[in-house]
Amino acid sequence: MFRYVIQRLLLAIPTLIGVAVVSFFLLRVVPGDVVEVKLRGDGGNVSQETIEMERKRMGLDKPLMAQFGDWMIGLATLDLGKSMWTDRPVIEEIAIRLELSLQVAIMASLVAVIIAIPLGTLAALMRGTWVDYVVRLITIAGLSMPSFWLGMLIMLTLLGLFNWLPPITFTPFYVDPKANFTQLIWPAMAVGYRYSAVTARMVRSQLLEVMNEDYIRTARAKGVYEKLVITRHALRNALLPAITVLGLEFAFLIGGLVVTEQVFNLNGIGKLFVQSISRNDFTLIQGMVMMISGFYIIVNLAIDMLYAVFDPRIRYR
Amino acid sequence: MIRKSTIALALTATLAFAGDAVAQTPKKGGSFQFAISAETPHYDCHGSDTYATLHFASPFYSTLLQFDLPKYPAVKGDLAQSWTVSPDLMTFTFKLTPNVKFADGQPLTSADVKATYDRLRNPPDGVVSTRKATFADIGTIETPDPLTVVFKMKAINAAMLEHFASPWNCIYAAKDLAADPNSPKVKINGTGPFIFSEHAKGSHVIGKKNPNYFKPGLPHLDEWKGVFMLQAAAMRTALQGGQVLAEFRSVSPPERDSLVQAMGDKLRIEESSWTLNLLLTFNTEKKPFDDVRVRKALSLAIDRWGGSAGLSKNSTLRAVGGVIRPGSPSATPEAELVKLPGFSKDINASREEAKRLLREAGVPDLKFTLHNRTIPQPYTPAGIYLVDQWRRIGVTAENKQFETAPYLAGLNSGNFEVAVDFSNLFMDDSSLGLSKYLSLGKSSENKSRSVDAELDSLYDRHMRETDPKKRIVLIQAFEKRLFDQSYQVPILWWHRIVATHKTVMGWEMSPSHNLGQDLAQVWLNQ
Repeated sequence: MFRYVIQRLLLAIPTLIGVAVVSFFLLRVVPGDVVEVKLRGDGGNVSQETIEMERKRMGLDKPLMAQFGDWMIGLATLDLGKSMWTDRPVIEEIAIRLELSLQVAIMASLVAVIIAIPLGTLAALMRGTWVDYVVRLITIAGLSMPSFWLGMLIMLTLLGLFNWLPPITFTPFYVDPKANFTQLIWPAMAVGYRYSAVTARMVRSQLLEVMNEDYIRTARAKGVYEKLVITRHALRNALLPAITVLGLEFAFLIGGLVVTEQVFNLNGIGKLFVQSISRNDFTLIQGMVMMISGFYIIVNLAIDMLYAVFDPRIRYR
Repeated sequence: MIRKSTIALALTATLAFAGDAVAQTPKKGGSFQFAISAETPHYDCHGSDTYATLHFASPFYSTLLQFDLPKYPAVKGDLAQSWTVSPDLMTFTFKLTPNVKFADGQPLTSADVKATYDRLRNPPDGVVSTRKATFADIGTIETPDPLTVVFKMKAINAAMLEHFASPWNCIYAAKDLAADPNSPKVKINGTGPFIFSEHAKGSHVIGKKNPNYFKPGLPHLDEWKGVFMLQAAAMRTALQGGQVLAEFRSVSPPERDSLVQAMGDKLRIEESSWTLNLLLTFNTEKKPFDDVRVRKALSLAIDRWGGSAGLSKNSTLRAVGGVIRPGSPSATPEAELVKLPGFSKDINASREEAKRLLREAGVPDLKFTLHNRTIPQPYTPAGIYLVDQWRRIGVTAENKQFETAPYLAGLNSGNFEVAVDFSNLFMDDSSLGLSKYLSLGKSSENKSRSVDAELDSLYDRHMRETDPKKRIVLIQAFEKRLFDQSYQVPILWWHRIVATHKTVMGWEMSPSHNLGQDLAQVWLNQ
């Protein structure tokens, strides 16, 4: 297992190099000049000479391959460079937002698991009954409703019923757990609900399929309690595709909550992504792409590890 | 649907309440949380032209003078304890308040004022001063003693005293500027009522009471927090829920109505015409917009009077006017305005003329991209309205909206064909209002890149003219020439609607969202 993990981590290196190459060169093809946007983007009409000076200072006057070399050397030493817009280290720009985004992603995933697994199981076991229909209604509603719209409904409901709204500035969990929770639970619920709808439908269909497998029939024929048949044999197998969905959605949530972040006024990675794209802040975009790629790699590895936990037949060597 | 009577009632109640507020004794302390609908890219007042910088930085800085908002456009002293102006308007002498200290503890002297104004009028290499032209008439700045500053002018500027009250002229420490002329972009060290405490990027800014503030008894608040809320819906919900108690730029009429309906007498609504003019700017360096017939045709096609009636219901646009705010003393009256190209009330005749001009110019089915801004109010409705107006003369325009920074960068670098532009004035001064339309090179604010010696000459004559009546004649001549050439033409003037919780006291409404943001007088009636 340990050897397998090391192998996978080593394989991540060429993947990340590929991402770095593609993101670097694709961004250079995009029209727009960060220096011009930065110096002329707040009303000041600076001279072309000033723009050239700034370009030189930022190393943008160097040949493209030299810039790429600098970026790769930085990556090798875990230095993502400085934001072209703020001049602050990219790692610092990401770090101040990552805590919030990561926490929302974790909480939304928990909300999804808490809702999806019981509902999906219940719908499968009571297939064709009113319970199944209600669960399907809930999940279809979840799939149809954009998270940001649900977020707006949540906010208006809180305001209308309780004349209360969650805090609008982020307080880290270690500073004030209550303030932190009261701010982030609502976006987590808005996002987690949609996320749970996908997962619940997956659990339901997988469980229905697994319940017809020979080993389930065998377990029942051996006289195993139905509860054990479901939890130990059926559900463990049915959860494997659901885990994949949960994992990939989790990685997506780190940087993908652009509109939801705006509804709840969250200062997260999604908002930073949009801002950096509109400002042509290439180094920051590259840094975020690398970070999210890293998350995808780690989450995929974690999913594969979980496969082995849920299905003893899977062994990694 | 809100009935007009409901709003009128709320406004009346507000006025009555405002009257009560005058009599109340300010309460000390408290933390005031308000929304800022944009985040400043840097902290330097001198190099900025956006309210995002002022709503962030004003509480940390002082200026020589400031506008006395209840008596607007009268000015009063800020750092200046007293001042004199020579009869020929060529010498301005300011006596500074003694014992003023910067946030880092160093004392303020006349050298700091001189260093600040030197930076404003003659910025060193690599420093941006968007007010360089405004202070170009200053000849010398003398500092005979640590508390006296004397400005000697090269030429008369009839509005110079008001310019000394500009909120953009934050006074910086000479020592800081000597160490790094660009330090105000990243470091805040002022003499204002509050001391900079924290800027959480993308989230908020916090100011704490300056215990050494030079105005006795001020500020009233212990702390304020400006939360960046870029999404109007989120801001409105936060205002309604009391997470923020104010937003000082403006809300739109539909937002005002929904807030009044939801909050009733907890809300104060204050309205004013606004010193902001939404413009249409043609890039005169790009074909076919180098042809006056094309520019004029596109201006003639816009029904400004009809637009005023329609757009004022769902946007912050309202009044039809020239280059000076309608209703202010120098503004062109309606009877004269309707004679100018693009302002006639006979829109059918104007459009026929527009079609003829386009045919003559050889572009009857013109197609182009309208460079616009993503800020919804009023840019989105204005863009949609313009596209529809031009469709009626056979012109196809694509309304392309950009985030603020790329939008402004496009305007400044001339990377556009036709743009929705703005004239953001902090006061009703004609020298300020007209300067945007001067030739490229004379005005950094001219985005049309036009060069017109006649406009420059009219401006200069108007600047030196001290007789108000003669100045108005020159302003009208300037407008006629400008609209005949249609380099940059007004669309509509904005209308400001500020919504605050009634617990917020001491803040004064003004026609400019750039004024009165130092928060020194603000207190919370809680």
